[in-house]
Amino acid sequence: MTQTEFLNIVLPFKDKVFRLAKRLLVSTEEAEDATQEVLIKLWNNQSKFEEYKNVEAFSMTMTKNYCLDKLKSKQAQNLKIVHSNYQDHNISLQKEIETKDSLDWVGRIIQDLPEQQKMVIQLRDIEQYELDEISEMLGMNNTAVRVALSRARKTIREKLTNTHSYGIK
Amino acid sequence: MVLNNIEKLLEKYENGETSLREEQQLKNYFSQETVAPHLEMYKPMFAYFSVNQKEQFTKALPLKTKRVFNYKWIAVAAVTVLMIGFYFKSNYQQQDDLGTYDDPQMAYNEVVKSLAMISTQFNKGTSTVNYLNEMNKGTATVGYLNEIENTRNIIFKPINR
Repeated sequence: MTQTEFLNIVLPFKDKVFRLAKRLLVSTEEAEDATQEVLIKLWNNQSKFEEYKNVEAFSMTMTKNYCLDKLKSKQAQNLKIVHSNYQDHNISLQKEIETKDSLDWVGRIIQDLPEQQKMVIQLRDIEQYELDEISEMLGMNNTAVRVALSRARKTIREKLTNTHSYGIK
Repeated sequence: MVLNNIEKLLEKYENGETSLREEQQLKNYFSQETVAPHLEMYKPMFAYFSVNQKEQFTKALPLKTKRVFNYKWIAVAAVTVLMIGFYFKSNYQQQDDLGTYDDPQMAYNEVVKSLAMISTQFNKGTSTVNYLNEMNKGTATVGYLNEIENTRNIIFKPINR
C-alpha cells in the first residue's frame, strides 16, 4: 500500500479520531499527539489491514484505548500548562461573546461527565454514529450505550437549565 | 404544532431513542435565530455539537515507509564471499617440497653436521640440569628435620596423653 492509498482511507475519519482524543485528553496538543500515534500504528500494521472489518471503527476503538491508557499513566498526572484561554477583548460584540460563553459552558459540562458518557456523547451527538457502531467501538452492548447516552444528555440539560436560570430562580 | 413535535422529539432524545435523522431535525430547529423561550437552554447544547463537528486535525503525519528487509540478499552475499574465498585459495600453492640431495656423500655430510649441532645443544642442556643434584643434597639435609620432630614427639607425648 502506498502512502496516498493509506491517506485516502484515513482521511475521512482522522478528524473524528482527533476530536475523540481531544474530548478525552482536553489539551489540543495531546490530542494531536494521540491522533498521530494512532494513525502511525495503523500505518505500521498495514499488513493486517484486510483483516479489519471496519477500519474506522477499529481506529476509534484504538483511540479510545490509547487515550484511556494515557489518562491512567503517570505521564498524565503531570500538570501541563497550556494557554488555551486567550480572550478576545471585544466588548462591543456582546451577543457573540454570550453565545461563545454558553458554548464553553456546554464544553465544561461535558468535561465533567464520566469518561464513558463523554465518549458516547462525542460519538453520537458530534460524530453522529449509529448506536450499533458505537457499541462496537466502545465494546459495550446496545442498551448500555443507550443508557449512558440518555444519562449524559439529561445531565447536560439539567446543568444547562441551572446555568441558564442562574440568578432568575 | 411544530413546537409540540419538537417537545416530543426532545423527550425521546433524552431517553436516547431518537434516530440520527430526528436528531438532525432537532439540530436544525435549534440553529434558528429564535426558539421557544422555555427551550432556550437547549440552544447552546446543539450549537456546541455543530461547532465541534468542524474541528480538524491539521498536524502533519510523519509516515515512514517501512523497509522490508530481504534475507535473500544475505544468502547471495554469503555465497559470493565463499566463492571469492575458494578462488584465492586455489591460487595459493602450498610448499611442502623442501628439496633433496642427489649426491649420497653430500647428504651424509649434511646429516652429520645436523646431528653434531643437536648433540652440542643437548650437552649444553644437560650441564644446566646438573645443578639439580645440588637440589637433591638440599632435600637430604632437610631430612634431618624429621629428627627434630621425633625428639619433640618424645617430649610432648606424655603431656598430650
